[in-house]
Amino acid sequence: MLLRHTTTEIKERKALTVNPAKTCQPIGAMYASLGIHGCLPHSHGSQGCYAYHRSALTRHYKEPVLAATSAFTEGASVFGGQANLLQAIDNMFTVYNPDVIAVHTTCLSETIGDDIPQIVNKARAEGKVPEGKYVIHTNTPSYVGSHVDGFANMTRSMVDYFSESTGHKEKTINLIPGYVEPCDMEEIRRIAGELGIRTIMFPDTSKVLNGPMTGKYRMYPEGGVTTDALKKTGDSMGTVAMGALASGPAARALDAKCKVPCEIIDLPIGLHATDMLIDTLRQVAGVNVPESLTFERGQMVDIISDMHQYFYGKRVGLVGDPDQVLALTKFLVSLDMCPAYIITGTPAGKKYEKALREVTKDVPGEVKIKVPGDMLLFHQWIKQEPVDLLIGNTYVKYIARDEDIPFIRHGFPILDRVGHSYFPTVGYRGGMRLLEKILDALLDRKDRDSTDIEFELVM
Amino acid sequence: MAKAAENSEEKFELDGMDPEKIKEELLAKYPTKVARKRAKQIIVNKVGADEEVPVIQSNVRTVPGLISQRGCCYAGCKGVVLGPTRDIVNITHGPIGCGFYSWLTRRNQTDPDTTPDGHNFMPYCFSTDMQDQQIIFGGEKKLKQAIQEAYDNFHPKAIAVFSTCPVGLIGDDVHTVCRQMKEALGINVFGFSCEGYKGVSQSAGHHIANNQIFKHVVGLDNTVGDGEYRINLLGEYNIGGDAFEIDRIFEKCGITVVSTFSGNSSIDKFANSHTADLNLIMCHRSINYVAEMMETKYGVPWIKINFIGAEATAKSLRKIARYFGEQKLTDRVEAVIAEELPAVQAASAEVRPRTEGKRAMLFVGGSRAHHYQELFNELGMETLSAGYEFAHRDDYEGRKVLPTIKVDADSRNIEELEIHPDPERYNPRKSEEDLEELRASGMEFSGYEGMMPTMKNGSLVIDDISQYETETIIETFKPDIFCAGIKEKYIVQKHGIPMKQLHSYDYGGPYAGFKGAINFYKEIDRMVNSKVWGYLKAPWQVNPELAATYAWE
Repeated sequence: MLLRHTTTEIKERKALTVNPAKTCQPIGAMYASLGIHGCLPHSHGSQGCYAYHRSALTRHYKEPVLAATSAFTEGASVFGGQANLLQAIDNMFTVYNPDVIAVHTTCLSETIGDDIPQIVNKARAEGKVPEGKYVIHTNTPSYVGSHVDGFANMTRSMVDYFSESTGHKEKTINLIPGYVEPCDMEEIRRIAGELGIRTIMFPDTSKVLNGPMTGKYRMYPEGGVTTDALKKTGDSMGTVAMGALASGPAARALDAKCKVPCEIIDLPIGLHATDMLIDTLRQVAGVNVPESLTFERGQMVDIISDMHQYFYGKRVGLVGDPDQVLALTKFLVSLDMCPAYIITGTPAGKKYEKALREVTKDVPGEVKIKVPGDMLLFHQWIKQEPVDLLIGNTYVKYIARDEDIPFIRHGFPILDRVGHSYFPTVGYRGGMRLLEKILDALLDRKDRDSTDIEFELVM
Repeated sequence: MAKAAENSEEKFELDGMDPEKIKEELLAKYPTKVARKRAKQIIVNKVGADEEVPVIQSNVRTVPGLISQRGCCYAGCKGVVLGPTRDIVNITHGPIGCGFYSWLTRRNQTDPDTTPDGHNFMPYCFSTDMQDQQIIFGGEKKLKQAIQEAYDNFHPKAIAVFSTCPVGLIGDDVHTVCRQMKEALGINVFGFSCEGYKGVSQSAGHHIANNQIFKHVVGLDNTVGDGEYRINLLGEYNIGGDAFEIDRIFEKCGITVVSTFSGNSSIDKFANSHTADLNLIMCHRSINYVAEMMETKYGVPWIKINFIGAEATAKSLRKIARYFGEQKLTDRVEAVIAEELPAVQAASAEVRPRTEGKRAMLFVGGSRAHHYQELFNELGMETLSAGYEFAHRDDYEGRKVLPTIKVDADSRNIEELEIHPDPERYNPRKSEEDLEELRASGMEFSGYEGMMPTMKNGSLVIDDISQYETETIIETFKPDIFCAGIKEKYIVQKHGIPMKQLHSYDYGGPYAGFKGAINFYKEIDRMVNSKVWGYLKAPWQVNPELAATYAWE
């Protein structure tokens, strides 16, 4: 037993988090920044932060993750980080020549109260920012929210810094894909393409964090939204933002700043959420849905109906980021599965919790939900009454092994498998992949547990 | 002394190129001030008489904006030194990130001790998950409550608390909280002021970790256990099971390990470690402090050893035997070496035709950038360039330069414990005459020659290498293998060059000891000869001209 000190009995904890289901804001900001073409993320604080964030993202994507740091020592922590950031901006432009430097703060620089725009203005005044180059920033105190908020804040900063309204509307739709994998962003763009819609997606990490091996390293890979495209987001007809927590703030900011109306929908994970994406896009852009997408939808429905007996009534434990968890819960309910335990580490708020309760109100038995919660509590629930399937990030594998429960990896971080950055889980195709994963896990278990007599060839 | 080497006019070649010119190229892109600083950290090696080498600047601040390999003080303290101790509940006092990122990510294998009173908290992550209210009003109350809850839920023997950046800024007194909770709970509770901004790298965290372990744990249990030859192994973190392989060899030789700092370690073993008769240092940088303090307080001498590489392992075993000075042990050690070496030699003979003449570069944390050169030597591979993430000058130039190292403000902030001989327990393990005799026979105590004297003239030694420098030397030399950490791994591999992680071993290993050497030979053979490096170009990219066209009717 790897987690043998986890007791079945639950003691209330007010101060101690054990096995968190979230991490801190700056890493989310760093991930979002990587979705701008030619951008070097910069962590304004001590160097441990960027080292940890780069390591975590690298382990998840198995791809280069470049970022810089202000490398605070004790002096900077006392006197402020201005000198460090000025020097860093100079060095980054001189040595690494990015188009954009995206600065995010840490708990250290937030606590001492460094004013990033003031420092950046000073850098500009001192000639440290070359012509045509940008330094953007966002505030990401680690002691507020989670990595999801960091992602949302940096995405919103893209609007604050770049979006412009010329008064002339273009026939484009902005897509804010949410905190999803690079391949998910690509798939969302493909779906919009099938609908014949011109889009601007931001951030866009496809081709950045799932790039090819060619023998030639590019510090700024092909992908990412360009600064020109970001500027044009203010002239789009509308915005479709996926995931209220990760994408909502940017969508609303764009509406407020440039009067681009927005639709904030769930992440397109599962049948109905994908229906919603396509239907929203159709209406916002005024286009017809092509047969190709309806065909894909039908394929997905076909799999669900073919294998319904294996989904029906299965109890699932689910842990992850709020936008993902909400969409996945709806998906599971639509399959007649029973999400029994649901935890997100992000403090997503009462409204969010209410939404989860609403989705699961007809699920038989008690549905336990904790927002924010940690994985110790999640594990304790499972010890009290087990589930048939676990969905969560790599850390859940310890619980899965101890309790001998089938497990599929979804979310961040996934440190021990590949595929998540190449094969989407959004859209109908992504949904089909999720169905395959769920079935593989459940049917492998059925095969393993059946007696020689019950062992089935055809399933 | 290092002046002579510096002023030399002698020119060296490195892989058919002029290393001084390459150094110039590396510096050319930097702003003047940065170039001036980096020039002192990039050194063309030259070994003079008496192992004199040029001065290299190290343990100085990271340049903001240059992408470095380094981590922070907290990472060195919680992640490296205390992390591998299975039975301590390690609570990170701070916002959630630091605890989360150091949760199981350093690959210390541990034997989980499933006895009823054994504990293994390695798979857990404990944090106070500080929120903005604590940043404003202080986090001591929450910390106290968290320690109580950790006790109520897990009943550990000890709880350690690690301070993160904001804790230092808002002035939470973790040590007082720990003292109070120690009294209240009756178990060992101690804290570490290892805020990330302290010092200039992880190294500061190692120092802080060593100090606190020495103050709060070492010496608590005076029971002298069984075993004729009792040693501690310091600076071995059991990545990939290295410590298990070393333990296997020790057991075969009849040598008893009292405590390993801190791979596969337990707090009880730390508490008893001062009863050993000899300290062996693997990673000099992370732990020489403990050896020094243990010698001063308890009279345990220390020697530098290295179990990376079969030859190095044999040499280290012989050193230990010589220290204890008993024929019985010497014979047994020789017998073990004779028994183990043939398999190693056979493995090396098999791979060597495929590895001979290939070139390596190593840029990793503490001693690995030095030790692993031994293994590459055994494969017939040359190390063109190497350097450390967080070393001090003594790790490069040898401990003889210690008196000449200037202590700067960043190091002065780290507590230096004043240690005196223990009035009751100080017990010199060898008489001065015995020590003199051992020294005369070539045995070096409290010594470490450093990395540079063992590297070839002309090789490039680079401290705190930047991303830009990494790329430039890769482009220039196209080495056959590059060794570094996870952050560098895929950058190097996109260039089409295999990259071996020497922090996590890419989830292979062990590489220490005799069996470890065999594993490493096979691994490097696999990596430098992998077919995948031949797949980088598609056939139509290799030969884009159309040789013939199919004609349609």
